[in-house]
Amino acid sequence: MYHSLHDAIADAEARGVSLATAALDIEARDQGRPVAEIREALLRALHVMRGAVEQGLTGDLRSNSGLVGGDAAKLRTGPEGPLAGTVFREVLMRAIAVQEVNAAMGIIVAAPTAGGAGVLPGVLLGLASKQQFSDHAMVDALATAGLIGAVVAQRASLSGAEGGCQAETGAAAGMAAGAATQLLGGTPAQVGHAVALAQQGTLGLVCDPLGGLVELPCVFRNATGAAIALAAVEMAIAGITFAIPADEVIDTMGEIGREMDVRYRETAGGGLAATPTGRRLAKERLTQIKRA
Amino acid sequence: MVSLLDIIGPVMVGPSSSHTAGACRLGLIAHDLVAGTPERALIELHGSFARTGEGHGTDKAIVGGLLGFRPDDERLREALQIMEKEGLDYRFEKTTLGEEPEVHPNTVRITVHRAHRHHVMLGASLGAGRIRVSEIDGYPVEVDGSHHTIVMVAEDVKGSIARIAGILSEADVNIATLRLSRKHRGGDAFMVIEVDDRPTDEVGAALKALPWVRWTHRIEKVGG
Repeated sequence: MYHSLHDAIADAEARGVSLATAALDIEARDQGRPVAEIREALLRALHVMRGAVEQGLTGDLRSNSGLVGGDAAKLRTGPEGPLAGTVFREVLMRAIAVQEVNAAMGIIVAAPTAGGAGVLPGVLLGLASKQQFSDHAMVDALATAGLIGAVVAQRASLSGAEGGCQAETGAAAGMAAGAATQLLGGTPAQVGHAVALAQQGTLGLVCDPLGGLVELPCVFRNATGAAIALAAVEMAIAGITFAIPADEVIDTMGEIGREMDVRYRETAGGGLAATPTGRRLAKERLTQIKRA
Repeated sequence: MVSLLDIIGPVMVGPSSSHTAGACRLGLIAHDLVAGTPERALIELHGSFARTGEGHGTDKAIVGGLLGFRPDDERLREALQIMEKEGLDYRFEKTTLGEEPEVHPNTVRITVHRAHRHHVMLGASLGAGRIRVSEIDGYPVEVDGSHHTIVMVAEDVKGSIARIAGILSEADVNIATLRLSRKHRGGDAFMVIEVDDRPTDEVGAALKALPWVRWTHRIEKVGG
């Protein structure tokens, strides 16, 4: 797979194809599998994402610890705020829905990880709730998201234990922003700017789950990650460019991750996990899990 | 090699790709090392696996893997109950296996026993469900589970690799990578052969029948 978005964008532009096509061709070569087979696997992932959104929006899920659950449904049926009726609210509720399913040990697609699994389906399926897209276009979006994630994996990290939440929901925001920009007709260069715009907004984000559970703040950080992705899409489509190339933003994320104290890398030793309330809730809930 | 399908995937039971799906895959590799569900196992958790494992279902996921469940198998949720019902003797311990960056924060050492078989492996979950087994029975290896893999210990005899390659090529099994390590010159050689095609039972038997092969196992592709 491409090691840089710069190379992928240059390739796509030279061939006059989308980033999805460029990525699928390289994947087919790397894995010795036909493109159709890879598309088939991505389509299965899309079906699982749709299933998770549907399950999460019903609202009767609770995580093992009982810390999270039922909030996606509040956005679906609860009182309306300034985003009522907009695609923004659709995106938020779907991002939360998938993450609630995940916390309840339901079936999801790790994209790139389970902890950040709500952002990409939140953004893509949120957009699809307001506008019709073919499965082919959705699979193309997933391929481009996969390309972006693969570049992050190679240049930085996709693990909260290594790089903090910037490597999970942050990377997911970059993937979702790029994928959605392509879905809405953006050029490969615009996809690159969307990735940079999203990921610059998540630099330094720590991974501080209460009790180490992928629940709090994870569920809501997927929602805010999706919000950042959506903002990046809007800016990139409007023609805004970000002066630092996406690859360099990703490198910076990796560097910050390596410098990040271990307390902020999924160990529940710092951040929100270490607040008085965070500690108290974690203690109560972990005792409950052990008893269950 | 990073694959698109590693990033958009795996399809898995939540809540954590590293602490649940990756942990399950490590358990699956240990399962395959003893060619089935081990009767006894010691699972030593290091770093983040030790600190936050329970909340992520890491214990359930590793046990599920040892039982032969894959990361998208909903039975992972009940793996601990299934283990108890089957009367399996699996023990967890928290330990420190070394310092970062030499030892990845999500590392586990799994010792498995089944019938006369007994193996120890050291593996890490790298994020996004990707894994790396770095040691089997004290031999340095590199197994990521993205291929069907054959592991074997053989006497250090000349021409052994050619014989093995011959058996695989006759069976139409293509070799992707082959790595050889040994603890010292003239000592047993440890081979890790990643192949593109699933080796059949006949291939396994043919390799096992080689007089200088001490033991060999096939590890199913667990991801990628």
